[in-house]
Amino acid sequence: MKFEVNGAEVFASTGGRPFDKTKPLIIFVHGSGLTHMTWVLQTRYFAFHGYTVLALDMPGHGLSSGESLKSIEEMADWVSDVIDSVGYKEASLVGHSQGCLVTMECAAKNPNKIKTLSLMGGAGAIPMNPELLSLAENNNPKAVDLMMDWAHGPAGHFGGHPVPGLYHINTGGMLAKSRTIKNTLGVDFRACDNYKNGFEAAKKIKIPTLSILATGDKMCPVKEGKKLADLIDGSKVEIIDNCGHMMLLEEADRVLKVLKNFILINYPAKKN
Amino acid sequence: MTDKKNKGTDPKTYKFDTLSLHAGYQPHKNAGSRQVPIYQTTSYLFDDVDHAAALFNLERGGHIYSRISNPTVAVLEERVASLEGGTAALATSSGMSAIFLTIMTLCEAGDHLVVSSQLYGGTVNLFRLTLPKFGIKCTFVKPRDTQGFKKAIQKNTKGIFGELVGNPGNELMNMPEISKIAHDAGIPLIVDATYQTPYLCKPFEHGADIVVHSLTKWMAGHGSSMAGILVEGGKFDWMQNDKFPTMTTPYEGYHGLSFAEEFGPTAFTMKARAEGMRDFGPCLSPQNAWNVLQGIETLSVRMKKHCSNAEEMVKYLLNHESVAWVSHPSVPDHPDHELAKKLLPNGRGSMIAFGIKGGKDAGVAFINNVKLASHLANVGDTRTLVIHPASGTHSQMDEATLKFAGLSHDMIRLSVGIEDIDDIKNDFEVGFRAARKPRLVSNQ
Repeated sequence: MKFEVNGAEVFASTGGRPFDKTKPLIIFVHGSGLTHMTWVLQTRYFAFHGYTVLALDMPGHGLSSGESLKSIEEMADWVSDVIDSVGYKEASLVGHSQGCLVTMECAAKNPNKIKTLSLMGGAGAIPMNPELLSLAENNNPKAVDLMMDWAHGPAGHFGGHPVPGLYHINTGGMLAKSRTIKNTLGVDFRACDNYKNGFEAAKKIKIPTLSILATGDKMCPVKEGKKLADLIDGSKVEIIDNCGHMMLLEEADRVLKVLKNFILINYPAKKN
Repeated sequence: MTDKKNKGTDPKTYKFDTLSLHAGYQPHKNAGSRQVPIYQTTSYLFDDVDHAAALFNLERGGHIYSRISNPTVAVLEERVASLEGGTAALATSSGMSAIFLTIMTLCEAGDHLVVSSQLYGGTVNLFRLTLPKFGIKCTFVKPRDTQGFKKAIQKNTKGIFGELVGNPGNELMNMPEISKIAHDAGIPLIVDATYQTPYLCKPFEHGADIVVHSLTKWMAGHGSSMAGILVEGGKFDWMQNDKFPTMTTPYEGYHGLSFAEEFGPTAFTMKARAEGMRDFGPCLSPQNAWNVLQGIETLSVRMKKHCSNAEEMVKYLLNHESVAWVSHPSVPDHPDHELAKKLLPNGRGSMIAFGIKGGKDAGVAFINNVKLASHLANVGDTRTLVIHPASGTHSQMDEATLKFAGLSHDMIRLSVGIEDIDDIKNDFEVGFRAARKPRLVSNQ
């Protein structure tokens, strides 16, 4: 659906069900240069099981208008504004990669508004490889190719997509190339590289938090994810083996299972 | 996002020959079976009612019924998508069903297509006679008439379709220019790249949006199994205009789903599967999918040999006293020679058309007397194949249509195999001798 946030048009997938303000809200925040489509194998489950879902296209990404936001802090404020704009007072947040930094910062700043936090492939800091950053800022499509290479685990490189007929690396690459690379991936990578508040934000988080990490994640390795999780009170960690950074697609079912278990307990939908 | 092991800027994603063998398959999820298993089943157990609902609602990936998808077929689909550089693919029971499914996913009654005139005879009949029965009309344009494609576009045109190298006359479509014409009009370019395989050309790199193949041909190579596939490039923006409402708006035909919003670069394939396989059902059998996978494992090895043999045959035919003309993109005076160098850098393919001196009678004598070359209605087998199109593959066309399709009565279509080149030439000598003396040499 399309709606306005701070005067600009925003697109979010509602997971195939109508937007319904009577149901608890879960917001999904994508990673660098990507779009709402990375969440398709998680969002539709929740939308069909008692939740209202918004898988956002961040400003300047996917089908959302405007320019990309330049810092993680701005993105976190914007996600908070999304909750207000759609008429909710609270939400549960789910982030992937850069989306983890954004949702974590948002949760730290809005302790009463954010009810649970789920981080996939998250870390307290995501310093960028200088060469990759330079390629993205110079609009070089090789930045996307490198990101797709590093983001998929050894198994994901062979394929085996959970949706019959889809090929991981080319689908992800096409998502990241759907808008001008320097304006999406380039801006996002710089925002990640500049963000230094992750560990401090983590210490402030007191809500139920889940970290889903993957053994083959080269971009945000398990040890970095655990370091972050150790700073969040009562944080739960789930590790997916034989999987890379794009765990939400590479091992969509296993990721959905742990996410489902966590959210259904900590942020239950109303029973009819 | 640091990667200490990465010492350069080149991605380490697998390359063509590796993908031919491995893409789409993870042994550890299949009991460690090194070879792709053949899932010879119609249907798949649901864990519980919730799991069944999740599959039907597209909440989760997975298989329901083998008309819609099958694990063996899915490996083939991913493998071809990876080789083409596409986002997704959908395998079908034949190349013709892949074309039909593509058109029925794209168009509705009242729509129009611009179509290259030089196509396989069956495809011509589909566009000329069968699709109008569904209310879809077509305008044919000669493949070299690039501006003709632009002029033929109407308000209700939903796509341009053509074979990259036309069957059987070997005329090339200028894919980069025609794709620009299509995109300026907000419609996709659909290319049948059966003759090329992704080893010779990846049409998505030259502007195509959807690629179709008869996998029966070079991709499989062994001539044992019928199969087709449609592959999606993922770049086409279905939401740029209001021409494709069943892709871009909540679609009654599938629970109010907006395919473009939900699936973006794989939307076309998702719709073709969810709607097309459900309603038309031209599914590929798992056994045939497995057979095609065996062929794809050696695709690049075979294509190199096909192309080197074809170039040898071109030289042989050009210098032969019984041959009036030779059409192959490798011939320097072929009108598309320069374009072919650009679009087909790894080889110009193994389809040769040539005219035999003595016209139709000589052609018939030639066909009836070669022994190694097989006379049959197929191309792209590892064995050398010959046919006389005017009396075979294109025999259902009238005289005017034959002429418009660039066919002549002296034309012989040759699909060069990978036998020893000397044996192919020796066989042709027998055929040519018979053609020169048609009344003295019989096929008995």
